[in-house]
Amino acid sequence: MSDDRIPVLPRGVRRHHDAVRGQEVLLGPERALMLDQTAVAILSEVDGQRSLSDIAGQLAQTYNAPRDVIEPDVVAFLDGLADQMLIAYA
Amino acid sequence: MLAELTHRCPLACPYCSNPLEMTGREAELDTETWLRAFREAAEMGVLQLHLSGGEPVSRRDIVELAKGAREAGLYVNLITSGIGLTDARLQALEPWVDHIQLSLQGVTAAVADRIGGYTGGFERKMHVAERIGQMGFPLTLNAVMHRHNLDDLPATLDMAVRLGARRIEVACVQFQGWALKNRAMLQPSRDQVDEAKRIVARARRELKGRLAIDFVPPDYYADYPKACMGGGWGSTGLNIAPDGKVLPCHAAETIPGLTFRTIAEAGLREIWYDSAAFNAFRGTDWMPELCQTCDRRDVDFGGCRCQAMAIAGDPTATDPVCRKSPHRALVDAALEIDVVDAAEPDFVYRRL
Repeated sequence: MSDDRIPVLPRGVRRHHDAVRGQEVLLGPERALMLDQTAVAILSEVDGQRSLSDIAGQLAQTYNAPRDVIEPDVVAFLDGLADQMLIAYA
Repeated sequence: MLAELTHRCPLACPYCSNPLEMTGREAELDTETWLRAFREAAEMGVLQLHLSGGEPVSRRDIVELAKGAREAGLYVNLITSGIGLTDARLQALEPWVDHIQLSLQGVTAAVADRIGGYTGGFERKMHVAERIGQMGFPLTLNAVMHRHNLDDLPATLDMAVRLGARRIEVACVQFQGWALKNRAMLQPSRDQVDEAKRIVARARRELKGRLAIDFVPPDYYADYPKACMGGGWGSTGLNIAPDGKVLPCHAAETIPGLTFRTIAEAGLREIWYDSAAFNAFRGTDWMPELCQTCDRRDVDFGGCRCQAMAIAGDPTATDPVCRKSPHRALVDAALEIDVVDAAEPDFVYRRL
């Protein structure tokens, strides 16, 4: 089953490199989310063009990992951000 | 970091978080000093800047300040009543402001204008809100709730959805400063608070993915206090007052014996790390035995220092809201007696 929802960072939410902490951060209204490597990898694929399924496929290829392991993680992470209104689905 | 750019404001809300002793225009920091403060904040690791007041757009240099803050690398949040935010201003701010937080005094002109103490304010605010929506500006409604508008919570949530807000803060009045002066008139009933909690829980389910709801309950009904500034004194947030005083929170000046340095006198880093005021209640060493030995020591950090001062007369006491506090009876007494039930009470309005 392919998940063809397209995630996008809405206006008011942006990536930021925090030079003081040496850390990638997602900034939004009243939110500053410290991003780990996995989160950075997923968010780097969010371009408002490609679907969840496309993104999982790309990450599976890049990290040479099984897609059926990757996809639930990608969906869970982005759904979590969507609940906080930090990403939107087109 | 909260930057209170000015205490000037067209509204006069009786729960304003500004101190009772306010700063006039003549003592406000100039543009250059604010811009330096923003750069120093960013260099120190501050991520988020709230441009607030008073009404921040009362500052003629608001666009320049927002631009400087954004260029320093900060996430810029404009906290405004919307009054005085003209179309031209909105457009000039658009490239620099990440997000707007619009205060809401009520969902009808009758309630909102009485709370704000400004006739016609509600209509002007609604006009600005429509424009913000049309421009696609990310918007949070900041609904300050109390005895006189908590029953309008469903309509308040509807308004947030209708205006295209992605977030709403349902913030029950916390009793400091002006709000403490007006507490007897603003204090919601327990029934109102319980009903509000049910409404919020239901709305969170129904509006998931459309509207994020932050709910701040009134802490007099709580069993445990709120952590100072969310993570303890001098840990996660700071406030710069219009005259440049750097404060651990907006009410910190109510605590006697502390000296607050200004951003004109010293660098932000030095004040944050080394000043006696920021170290006064930092960490856990200052705590009374009750908090030191409590399993919630690192959860609520002894609660609010300003509330301990206001109710118990001792800034080093456990927050009197805590069930374990020897002063809890004072809070319970305030909930039982001394509540004004009038529909249109004589508020002490906040005036400069």
